[in-house]
Amino acid sequence: MNWRAVKAIYRFEMARTGRTLFQSILAPVISTSLYFVVFGAAIGSRITEMDGVDYGSFIVPGLIMLTLLMQSVMNASFGIYFPKFTGTIYELLSAPISFIEIVIGYVGAAATKSIILGLIILATSWLFVPVRIAHPVWMISFLVLTAVTFSLLGFIIGIWADGFEKLQIVPLLIITPLTFLGGAFYSVSVLPPFWQVVTFFNPIVYLISGFRWSFYEVADVNVAISLGMTLAFLGACIAMIWWIFRTGYRLKN
Amino acid sequence: MQDIIIAISGLSKTYATGFTALKNVNLGIRRGEIFALLGPNGAGKTTLIGVVCGTVNPSSGTVTVGGHDNVTDFRAAREMIGLVPQELTTDAFESVWATVCFSRGLFGKPKNPAYIEKILRSLSLWEKRNDKIMTLSGGMKRRVLIAKALSHEPQILFLDEPTAGVDVELRKGMWQVVRALRASGVTIILTTHYIEEAEDMADRIGVISNGEIILVEEKKELMHKLGKKQLTLQLQEKLAALPAGLFGGAQLSLSPDGDELTYTYDTQADRTGITRLLASLTEAGIRFKDLSTKQSSLEEIFVGLVHQDRNGAAK
Repeated sequence: MNWRAVKAIYRFEMARTGRTLFQSILAPVISTSLYFVVFGAAIGSRITEMDGVDYGSFIVPGLIMLTLLMQSVMNASFGIYFPKFTGTIYELLSAPISFIEIVIGYVGAAATKSIILGLIILATSWLFVPVRIAHPVWMISFLVLTAVTFSLLGFIIGIWADGFEKLQIVPLLIITPLTFLGGAFYSVSVLPPFWQVVTFFNPIVYLISGFRWSFYEVADVNVAISLGMTLAFLGACIAMIWWIFRTGYRLKN
Repeated sequence: MQDIIIAISGLSKTYATGFTALKNVNLGIRRGEIFALLGPNGAGKTTLIGVVCGTVNPSSGTVTVGGHDNVTDFRAAREMIGLVPQELTTDAFESVWATVCFSRGLFGKPKNPAYIEKILRSLSLWEKRNDKIMTLSGGMKRRVLIAKALSHEPQILFLDEPTAGVDVELRKGMWQVVRALRASGVTIILTTHYIEEAEDMADRIGVISNGEIILVEEKKELMHKLGKKQLTLQLQEKLAALPAGLFGGAQLSLSPDGDELTYTYDTQADRTGITRLLASLTEAGIRFKDLSTKQSSLEEIFVGLVHQDRNGAAK
């Protein structure tokens, strides 16, 4: 294992984050604050409680998840797509490193960045609403697992994409809608029975539910199922990455 | 027996599009030599380099680098190689220093600022070390790519068209660096379109055409074997046509305006026929005011070879 290479890639990616500090950190924080203003203050004043939790506090885990999923996918996909686009990928391919080191470097950096963002948003929400974390260890575990899983997914998208448009399609057309419909802003139990069944086909429901449980001990599904689904998704991404590694798909002609 | 550092055997590559870029290539690169790979555009030069360096998967065949198979033992094989790609592919927003240090890290070497400084100085990049790469000129970017390739102290350096788009002054400086590397024992494989560079720099020449290595030869041998010499005589008085009975026959030609006679001869032949030609000219009363001889350049040899190969393939 070439750990120096992992470190070099990780540092390179973190430096990229540092250069785009405004876009990477400030923009998500501002948009999250806007959600609090709109959902918390404007609409939230009419919905006092959800599952026995103050509405403003209720949406905090969902908001963190929304950012975490989006940022993990976008960071990781852009991180690996850009060298493909500029051609600097030649260096990664000709270096004495295997695909595993490339994945650890890029996915590690993307996950780190989205975890930092998640924590910043958590801190920001403290300014607006009271937040209680019942199970901090589980909270961090869900945060890390989700960040890693979706950074892996982002990495796969970055490898698959052959244009900037494809890079945007998955986050915008799949992840954002699924997160909004996945109970980021409401409890699944408020939906009519038919839509409750439909909702459980949305994998993001399980992520948000588990994450919210670690805060308020209220959940749409059993937390064990949430954890199981998260790990299953992680496993699927790792399997996909392994296949890319075996075939050199879209990396080597 | 020569010490072979890169052994390529039975290498073929067919792209997904169906294009066959390499056909059963066998080639051995000797330790410490400068090997020039020549060939027209699309001949397979870059694909061949790509397979050796690991950026292209071969369809069949094997490559060993310093005895290490470049697939099963790719770490050991790749550690030995530095690659300077043909395209100017750089990270626009990184500084020169950061990008070169990144390359060294990627190859698993511990930090060595003194060594990186030495490379940057030798490539006249030291003053630019804190500049973002996007602010550099094309020639400087090219040197940054060389610095990156040298950052991990490779034993083998691949230079794919290193002087394309680089001005004469810079080119000279670059070749000085290459010569110094060779003197320190680094094996160098280069592709170039400037044949005079291959002629100037290389120990051995390989010619690739349509994905096949059609010739590998010591440069001197190649020049010697295929080299034709031309004797040009500037005549005192113009000739309307070659007089009949003059010595030389088909080897002799007259320039369109009739003031130059050119005699082509083989340097390998025991008798070049020059004495007889001159005697024959005197006999015919043709006088000349000046004469010069010229050896055919590698370019002419190369064009001849590729042409022959294409004609051969057509038949």
